[in-house]
Amino acid sequence: MAIFLDDTSKLIVQGMTGSEGMKHTTLMLAAGSTIVGGVNPKKAGSKVDFPTATLPVFGSVAEAMAETGANVSVVFVPPAGTKGAVIEAVDAGMPLVVVITEGVPVHDTAAFFQYAQDAGTTRIIGPNCPGIISPGKSNAGIIPASISGPGRIGLVSKSGTLTYQMMYELRDIGFSTAIGIGGDPIIGTTHIDALAAFQDDPETEAIVMIGEIGGDAEERAAAYIAEHVTKPVVGYVAGFTAPEGKTMGHAGAIVSGSSGTAAAKQEALEAVGVRVGKTPSETARLMRELLAR
Amino acid sequence: MDLYEYQAKHLFGKHGVPVVPGAVCETPDAARLAARRIGGTTVVKAQVKTGGRGKAGGVKLAKDEDEASARAADILGMDIKGHTVHKVLVTQAAEIAEEYYVSFLLDRANRAFLAMASVEGGMEIEQVAVEKPEALAKVRVDALEGCSPAKAAEIVAAARFPAEVADQVADVLVKLWDVLVLEDATLVEVNPLVRTPDGRILALDGKVTLDGNAHFRHASHADLVDVAASDPIELRAKALDLNYVKLDGEVGIIGNGAGLVMSTLDVVAYAGEEFGGVRPANFLDIGGGASAEVMSNGLDIVLNDPSVRSVFVNVFGGITSCVEVANGVKFAIQILADAGKPVDKPIVCRIDGNRAEEGRAILLEAAIPGVELVETMDEAARRVAELAAAGK
Repeated sequence: MAIFLDDTSKLIVQGMTGSEGMKHTTLMLAAGSTIVGGVNPKKAGSKVDFPTATLPVFGSVAEAMAETGANVSVVFVPPAGTKGAVIEAVDAGMPLVVVITEGVPVHDTAAFFQYAQDAGTTRIIGPNCPGIISPGKSNAGIIPASISGPGRIGLVSKSGTLTYQMMYELRDIGFSTAIGIGGDPIIGTTHIDALAAFQDDPETEAIVMIGEIGGDAEERAAAYIAEHVTKPVVGYVAGFTAPEGKTMGHAGAIVSGSSGTAAAKQEALEAVGVRVGKTPSETARLMRELLAR
Repeated sequence: MDLYEYQAKHLFGKHGVPVVPGAVCETPDAARLAARRIGGTTVVKAQVKTGGRGKAGGVKLAKDEDEASARAADILGMDIKGHTVHKVLVTQAAEIAEEYYVSFLLDRANRAFLAMASVEGGMEIEQVAVEKPEALAKVRVDALEGCSPAKAAEIVAAARFPAEVADQVADVLVKLWDVLVLEDATLVEVNPLVRTPDGRILALDGKVTLDGNAHFRHASHADLVDVAASDPIELRAKALDLNYVKLDGEVGIIGNGAGLVMSTLDVVAYAGEEFGGVRPANFLDIGGGASAEVMSNGLDIVLNDPSVRSVFVNVFGGITSCVEVANGVKFAIQILADAGKPVDKPIVCRIDGNRAEEGRAILLEAAIPGVELVETMDEAARRVAELAAAGK
């Protein structure tokens, strides 16, 4: 099973011929992902050689889907072109669009998110995210496949490197799916979306949820857990020491006045019975304890 | 990026939101000239990026140019909630019949935009929201549909603006939406929006937050950065394309990935509780690659901060192998030594992830004086806090 991405996923890469696109397409192929082509209108009809495959370049997402039956698009298109790329994928009816690009203006994200909502056919993950991996099945994005194999933990995180760190800490147990939802103020898939999917996924036994300062997504996730999630959840929140009014690396990671603090998020999670680790290692320990019960 | 009132009003003017004439001044003499040019009674307003200026004595009426100069002399240099006043805005004083509030902002939770409006303007809107929530209208604005004249009329009706100003306020809302979209802002706020006794609608104050991610399509926004008020280390880091935030502690932090670096700050602060309360001195995310050049730029920035007593390099090698990270640290220290800036503060490294064993072996073999390798993040945080406390 896994969530959103599995061994039936057929990937295309928008922006495959750029340097990031080339590098990560190579890595995704090596991780066993089924990648069926790339999209670049200027290089349509050409072929690109990778160590393990030769992939066709299509002129549009619609053409790529018609030719290959692709059902996932991974987007590496730079910020100025990201909105256009996502809208093109939505227009083509692409079921899952994973937007890796960092630095997308939030008005653009708000527009393509609303566009996808109105169309009703596309799930967006990101932007500014490491993507999603269902170890042993498929990898759509930049999460290193070597960190952990398949297993029974589901992980959802705003942060890329904390995703890697947590997967590393729990690599002996393994993951059904790990999803980096991104650190921007507006993201296509939220903690709640991932929690709901993990709750319904028979392969997932327990869930790690990683949050950080800014917004109230973690508080909303806590309320959702209380109502809908019966599987054990452990949490981690980054940014207790972040000063008010400063953006901490991620565009969405900012404490505004008294809202968006790590303390409020921890409190909300603990109030619904989610154990929250003080450090990533302690969070991993809490997960081990839960699974040992 | 938050703008000063005068910058916000400049953007308002550019998009047709009605504002009163004014001039930004850095000296009492300039304020005198501005008051003379504007004529009549003026208002001298401290330019600081915080609320409550009026209560702090940072906003004063001046009936002539002598008074404008005197009030500017009072206000310039004043400290308002930790912000020193370097500039004042001298504007024409407007007569006020009624005060309103209007704003548009990014609504993260609903992944759309939100219009807020109230006929109870003038005071802090947070206060209105708490004390008279029914007086603050909140209307969702769709990112694709925007604020059309019909949507503006809906907002005006929801906030129950008086009929005689409804059309004018709706017009201001449409133009304010233009500011939000065309300038790539995440917040535009007018408090107060006023009606004058002769029936005009004016934006007497303004607050705008711009989206840093959109600077690439607004060449003019670079000029809005207040270089003088920025932290000098932050400016230097920015010039080197490093993601750096100055904090007030003693432990320099370098890591890769925003989440991991935020987490590192927290873990160091916890560990520091045992060592007299030492705290992180900065946030510095050197990103995925962690090349020797980026690492040496990062180390240089952090080591140059006089408050730093020890440095924590916390890297998780994901795609990048720890071999490259270890070589990056080694060469970075060499680059600094060659540049006549030998490292004179203890550095604690924790490198984990892809090819961690080999990476650690490189650093162990190099045996660089002052550089320690600790296996886990929690232990490394303890050690670096201990070193910072010892260096005090």
